[in-house]
Amino acid sequence: MTGSHKLLAVDDVSVFYEKFRAINHVDIAVEAGDVVSIIGANGAGKSTLLKAIIGQADHVEGRISFAGETIIGRTTEAIVASGIMLVPEGRRLFPSLTVEENLRLGWDVGRKGEIGFADVWRLFPVLEDRRRQKAGSLSGGQQQMVALGRALLANPRLLLCDEISLGLAPLVINELYTLIPQIKARGIGILIVEQDIERSLAVADHFYCLLEGRVSLSGRPGEVNRDLVMKHYFGL
Amino acid sequence: MVAVWANQLLQGVMLGGLYTLFAIGLSLSAGVMRFVNIAHGDFIVLTCYVLLLLGTLLGINPVVATLIVLPIAFLFGFGLQRFLLQRVVGENVLLVILVTFALSIIIENGLLEGFGADPQKISGGWMETATVALGSGINVGLFQIVTFVAAVALVAVLDLLLYRTGIGAKIRAVSDDVAAANLIGLSSVRVYAIAMGITFVTIGIAAGFVSIWTNFDPASGPTRLLVAFEVIVMGGLGSLWGSLVGGIVLGVAQAVGGQFDIAWQIMAGHIVFLIVLALRPQGLFPKY
Repeated sequence: MTGSHKLLAVDDVSVFYEKFRAINHVDIAVEAGDVVSIIGANGAGKSTLLKAIIGQADHVEGRISFAGETIIGRTTEAIVASGIMLVPEGRRLFPSLTVEENLRLGWDVGRKGEIGFADVWRLFPVLEDRRRQKAGSLSGGQQQMVALGRALLANPRLLLCDEISLGLAPLVINELYTLIPQIKARGIGILIVEQDIERSLAVADHFYCLLEGRVSLSGRPGEVNRDLVMKHYFGL
Repeated sequence: MVAVWANQLLQGVMLGGLYTLFAIGLSLSAGVMRFVNIAHGDFIVLTCYVLLLLGTLLGINPVVATLIVLPIAFLFGFGLQRFLLQRVVGENVLLVILVTFALSIIIENGLLEGFGADPQKISGGWMETATVALGSGINVGLFQIVTFVAAVALVAVLDLLLYRTGIGAKIRAVSDDVAAANLIGLSSVRVYAIAMGITFVTIGIAAGFVSIWTNFDPASGPTRLLVAFEVIVMGGLGSLWGSLVGGIVLGVAQAVGGQFDIAWQIMAGHIVFLIVLALRPQGLFPKY
């Protein structure tokens, strides 16, 4: 069913909100050390797909397997402990907790591995200086660093990034995106959901375009031209 | 005359310690978990009866009985949250109030069936009667001092637990944003259950002290709840140290009011509460 080399295999998955089918028979695969980008307009079902993978969608049909084991029906707690971690849309830090406390939660819920605080401080030196500061008092970019650091401390084998560029200045986004290859180099699979097509295709090995809950186009970023992507992005 | 007032003032402060013990669990559940437990006072009374049984049936010393009850209280609170209260968390707040109000009625009537309406009290023996003379005619009961010290210690320990430990950070995280906690695999269900377990440990401690301090009967729960509410609202919702101050303010208000006229003892507390509420609706040490 799922090749042993597939880190994540989403097979024929549909996700429902009440009667509404938000994701419609979607197939997606991520291999270890690969960056996979999911693009699509607002409401295309990108975030819903991530929620289904992390175990936060109520009604999911189809098969989702991680490292060869099916994970549909498992709690988010178990899924995170097995090695999938989400960087949620809007960062979702705990504002009254310090930077260090927010980061430690990632370690606590995660799978315990080689990535530790020293790695996070090296990636984001500014966070070490502000470790005792409340997360809510940081700038948007710094908060996104905490969200990313928290996810890395969970020592994921698969990292899900939901709109990490949202609401950030271009320079900050550039800085965050330079980290993607470094994370990939550790053999971590990365699934990126973005509205910023250019940015996410630039780092991706493979991409899927979602349109109204279905995969409208997929391939390698270098192999398809821009017009084709736009056509399937907007459904024109 | 000065000694009389000084005595009353001191009695009020000590009483504030007892009130803090009532309130600290409610401060944790209402202020941190945003969960209004109408049965809080009834659980204190229920625990008093458990302590009474341990004393009368098994002859266990009240201090030992309280120590035995604490771990059981934790498990009880954990289970209650996990299997009953969790079903209404995050739903309409009215539902939370209804469920805990129902618990309150069940406990009161259950106790009435089992023990009758007669007031009960647990004897603290020598602890209860010993007094400490502070000179100039000022005397304080040893048990009152111990209660006050226990209240301060409990606030300090809970403060450390909440702000210096991993589980404390998790409780505050869930308090900040339940949905975000669930998204990153931090099970809010377990965290809520642990927090309620801790709340019930404080209920056990409060019961240990109040069962010796004064009488209790099946209907005295709501009075305890009212005190606890006034204390946490005056102290500032969610502020642990604020609860201590709120408790002392209420205790002193009652003691001073009672010194003018004993009939005004309880009323004086309510009046001071209303004044604080009017002047500082956010409480003396607001957390939010």
